[in-house]
Amino acid sequence: MNLFTPLSWNDTGFILTGILNTVYISVVAILVGSLLGLLVGFIRAESNKTINVAIGAFLDTLRSVPLIIQLILFTTFIGVMGYPLSPFVAGSIILSLYTMAFMSEVFRSGFDSVPESMVKAARSLGMNYLQTIRYIRIPIGARAVFPSWLGVALSVIKDSALVSVIGYMELLRTAEQLISRTQQPLMILIGVGLFYFMISYPLSRYGKYVERKMKI
Amino acid sequence: MDNYEFHWNVVIDALPQLLTGAFTTIHVSVLSMLLGIVIAVLLALGKMSSSKAFYFISDVWIEIARNTPALFLIYMAYFGLGAYGIHLSPYLSVLCALIFINAGYLAETFRGGFQSIPQTQYSAAKSLGMNNVKVYRYVILPQMFRRIYHPMTNQFVWSILMSSLGILVGMDELSGETQRLQSTSFRTLEFFMVAAVMYFVITKLVLFTSSLIAKKVFKGELS
Repeated sequence: MNLFTPLSWNDTGFILTGILNTVYISVVAILVGSLLGLLVGFIRAESNKTINVAIGAFLDTLRSVPLIIQLILFTTFIGVMGYPLSPFVAGSIILSLYTMAFMSEVFRSGFDSVPESMVKAARSLGMNYLQTIRYIRIPIGARAVFPSWLGVALSVIKDSALVSVIGYMELLRTAEQLISRTQQPLMILIGVGLFYFMISYPLSRYGKYVERKMKI
Repeated sequence: MDNYEFHWNVVIDALPQLLTGAFTTIHVSVLSMLLGIVIAVLLALGKMSSSKAFYFISDVWIEIARNTPALFLIYMAYFGLGAYGIHLSPYLSVLCALIFINAGYLAETFRGGFQSIPQTQYSAAKSLGMNNVKVYRYVILPQMFRRIYHPMTNQFVWSILMSSLGILVGMDELSGETQRLQSTSFRTLEFFMVAAVMYFVITKLVLFTSSLIAKKVFKGELS
């Protein structure tokens, strides 16, 4: 009796689901994480030392505990509380918060990179506080931080593989299941690696290109 | 929350095992860092060399390490190499993957650090009568080390955090040990909370020590 069946074309749908799920959770985490990071980065750039230390300590915790432990802790915690969430929701929450921790630093340095004199000039032209944020600080700061933003976004795509630990069927977990059925680890894993590489490599090249262009 | 009781005594009893796990975590990240640095120097030289083959190998290594998930590389070492008949233990497969990634990232750091020092300094040192060894020993390397010190610390912290992926291949470092202990006692929340605190403490200790060393060695002139 043969227990293992080789990889066949019927598995395409299964692999595609995995790919889509990876893309899906990465996009959600990058979007939510960036928005939250923008907000937190702005608050940190604007507020006094006490608030900064408090927010900083929270962000520091998110950055100093491995993502995998955070995921397990969070799912166990909400289970204990009596509000179990689906792996996708729980995974997106933690991955977004994790992204936020890194994005807030990126955006904060972006806000700090806009010279004070520029903001003052805008104020003297009659812009109000919100307008200086909308038309001066965000557009000019964003230009300076785009390469680092891209870097964080790419690391989130790679880290999204870890969500598999709480049962979310992303690409690497689909691959793992296919491996246990087919016993062809090398071929499947190389395919998975190629997928991540094909997303990550062009984007990282583009980031380097933008960085080089902005230096001159 | 009202119907959940925390049972800490199980965790306290298992503390020695957790500490052993933490030791393995530090052990594997230090090793991965040391070997990673050695390979990274070679890769950085390769990226700057005129030999096409050497450049190509370094380039491929660096790009794979930087553009694929750490978990993928760990699986590759654990399951993938098995297809060639090379069966690595969980410890070795995590170590190999971390060395591979650290080498890739650090190579770019080293190259950046080296290239950030203007060529004119080399010429200036030469014209003062220094030989090649002295130029590097007294002019190039001290400045370069200053620039790569912080990225190296970050990479070390990253290795500590990423070694937690050993949980997925059954390694006995801190998170793997935690997983094993909670599966026999079912105190998942307590065990992982303690593990999280331990990771936090380890990371903070590393960062603190690193800044102490930086103050001593660079005497406040860190660029």
